[in-house]
Amino acid sequence: MSGEQAIQVEKLVREFRKGPRAVDGIDLAVSPGEIYGFLGPNGAGKSTTVLMLTTLLPPTSGRATVGGFDIVKQGAQVRAAIGAALQEAALDAILTGREHLMLQATLQGLSGAERRSRTTALLERVGLNEAADRRVGGYSGGMKRRLDLALALVHSPRILFLDEPTTGLDPQSRSALWEEVARLAREEGMTVFLTTQYLEEADVLADRIGIIDHGHIVAEGTPAKLKADIGGPSVEVTPTERDDGGRLAELLTAFGEMRRNGNGSVTVQLPGGEAELAEIVRVLDRAELHVETLQLHQPSLDDVFLAQTGRKLEGSGDGAQNGSEASAGSSPGRRGRRRRGR
Amino acid sequence: MAVDIAAGHHADVAPGTASIVEQTLAVARRAVVRTSRQRGLIIFPMVFPLILFAINGSALSPATRIPGFPTHNYRDFLIAMPFVQGAMFVSITAGVDLARDIESGFLNRLAMTPVRGEALLIGQLGGALVLGVIQGLVYLLVGVAAGVSFASGVGGALVLLALSILISFAFASLGVLLALRFGTGEAVQGIFPLLFVTIFLSSSSLPRNLIKSTWFRDVATYNPVSYLLEALRSLVITGWDARALALGFGFALALLVIALGLAQAAMRSRLART
Amino acid sequence: MIRFANVARAVAWRSIHNTLVNPAILVPSIVFPLFFLIAFAGGLSRISDVPNFHYASGYTAFQFVFVFLQSAAFGGVFTGFAVARDFDSGFARRLMLSAPRRSGIIAGYTLGALGRWALTGTVVTVAALIAGMNVDGNGVQLVGLLGLGIAMNLVAALWAVGLAMFLRTEQAGALIQMPVFVLLFLAPVYVPLSLLTGWIHDVANLNPVTPVLEAGRGLLAGSPAKVAIAFVGLIGAALALAAFARRGLASAERAGAR
Repeated sequence: MSGEQAIQVEKLVREFRKGPRAVDGIDLAVSPGEIYGFLGPNGAGKSTTVLMLTTLLPPTSGRATVGGFDIVKQGAQVRAAIGAALQEAALDAILTGREHLMLQATLQGLSGAERRSRTTALLERVGLNEAADRRVGGYSGGMKRRLDLALALVHSPRILFLDEPTTGLDPQSRSALWEEVARLAREEGMTVFLTTQYLEEADVLADRIGIIDHGHIVAEGTPAKLKADIGGPSVEVTPTERDDGGRLAELLTAFGEMRRNGNGSVTVQLPGGEAELAEIVRVLDRAELHVETLQLHQPSLDDVFLAQTGRKLEGSGDGAQNGSEASAGSSPGRRGRRRRGR
Repeated sequence: MAVDIAAGHHADVAPGTASIVEQTLAVARRAVVRTSRQRGLIIFPMVFPLILFAINGSALSPATRIPGFPTHNYRDFLIAMPFVQGAMFVSITAGVDLARDIESGFLNRLAMTPVRGEALLIGQLGGALVLGVIQGLVYLLVGVAAGVSFASGVGGALVLLALSILISFAFASLGVLLALRFGTGEAVQGIFPLLFVTIFLSSSSLPRNLIKSTWFRDVATYNPVSYLLEALRSLVITGWDARALALGFGFALALLVIALGLAQAAMRSRLART
Repeated sequence: MIRFANVARAVAWRSIHNTLVNPAILVPSIVFPLFFLIAFAGGLSRISDVPNFHYASGYTAFQFVFVFLQSAAFGGVFTGFAVARDFDSGFARRLMLSAPRRSGIIAGYTLGALGRWALTGTVVTVAALIAGMNVDGNGVQLVGLLGLGIAMNLVAALWAVGLAMFLRTEQAGALIQMPVFVLLFLAPVYVPLSLLTGWIHDVANLNPVTPVLEAGRGLLAGSPAKVAIAFVGLIGAALALAAFARRGLASAERAGAR
């Protein structure tokens, strides 16, 4: 099985009777042990893709293999190799956490003793030991998601599908889930296919990202590469004296692509990277041009999305999610990021 | 002691295939647990037909004085009603339960396992079955306490119980079929008025031959529910009426087979797995 | 007084309008009484062959009066459901904030109940006439029957609206409905009071609905009896329940102040 991709997708299409194609010919490949982030706004086709790859929805055309098995012809083997925590919590409020796991384990074909040990192990792993015998109806959102994850892992799959795993969770629960997913990939070699509409989630977790919009993959690569592809960082300089704007622009244009902003500041791209910042400061100093603020702006995935589609990612889907959840909590690589209005 | 989940990858926690019996039992167990934890769902459907039985049993008792009425005790005549009404409630409960699983995506979760559609179906009906048995016993006891006497003796009472359970099972299959076809609890509950009307447009309150209005009598004659009621009733009033029993069991079985067959097809398309 | 009338009219209009434009509410409220008429007058007509069943106008008329009054009562009950829904949706709060005379709200809901029943009552009456019901009462007596229906509707509406205001949740529906249902059926529904035997005879004897039912049947048959008692009972109940509803409104106001 070496050299074989964990997930291989070729020209996958899904049409519905009414409306445009939900998935319009996507190609992607995920290596074993990789965390692949599928990023896009609501309605982009993420969940539809996941439903197809988890054999719950047949594709209209195209093919895909998951774990080496064809999703159409070898559905049962695919299901045996994967675990899925899909978008809806899909839990029974009247059953306890333990009962959920026991049922799942039985249906997955584990023997009596295995069921019990597996259930106990998983409950401990996701930290639901104490709540195990309480009804799920009383669980918090974070607890439900953890149970969801445990249920997906019952039969020790090699490949894990997570469809918007942290939507609606508070920042703590979100971080905890991120940690667990990262650990699964790192320590157990689990391949993770993760869909999300949160930039931060993709940025932090994924080894590689595929950005999907209207059923197409519009960009793909590691987070660093995607951001680098649209040009390096930029710096925004606001002069103390508004009249200095013109002079500032002249000085900065030597560094790279420059534009003047409405509020009197000047933004310049730094293809040479952050290191050029020091030179800019020297140049301005020599010219005795007084600067009020100097802000370094790292490109974000939002910029990548904007560059590819002309739209912003956050708040750009149908039935847009409240994007403010994504900006809760800090994240590295966002130094000096300007706040965007919504 | 940290349990190493990774061990599962390569060792003995590879999934086997649980036998269809094991699968069915697991699903049935869940259904029964769910039912037992929703007291309200059990109490009202059990009590409401009994309230009607109490009221109508007394209010309609003058009907026994109609020339040609088959019994002197109206309650002997009416006792068949609660069993069929109870079955109707069981049907709705079973259907709504499954519809909830569909709406919440729980069915999708189960679909990710090797579980067979038949196991899901029969297992789901397991909860309904238990409810049907409990209801049947309660109605029987209440009837006896209210003075109903069985012309067919204790044996007849057992056959009545068996028939009522069969009827519950048949109606539950109908409820489950609706859930699978339409996927929402509202659609299942929408059938309630229809079932309600069907039960009344039958020989539930008067024997068919005594219904004066011709069109009503015709509807009652074509209504399968009439034969279910008459079979149950015959065990109480007549004794061992082979024809009535054959018709009753026959219609109940027919409903069961048809509903179950259609439900199986619907389950297959619901699971929609490749 | 003018403000009272304005509030009442606005609430009533909304109540009627919401019923007319929503088939999910309109259709059952018409279909169920019709169904009862068919099942009882049609399916049970043989009951009039019971010895000593004396009702001059025939079984259809006998059952029509019950279904007529039952539909009036349930028309009132459904209004309570609508009130409970208004509380669940938060609309009731808006209503109470904006209405200058809040007691007008109660009046409005009950007027709405009457308006909604007007349609149902008409449909049921027409259906019975088509089915060949004998009408032996004169004009005044028929107006009396109508009056009984209106009073019944009012009483049920006040009960339902009052309880809905106390409980303020859609789950109150069962609690509102059950007593009315049971009270209606513990009356001489299928046979006259004189033919009832057993415990139900005793209960029906004490049931305040019984004289209303008998009065209505008498009026339709042209031989009125117990009419005064029936009206006195209904008016008394209406007064008591109006106070009840007013208390319910006060309870809702207190809760809303939070």
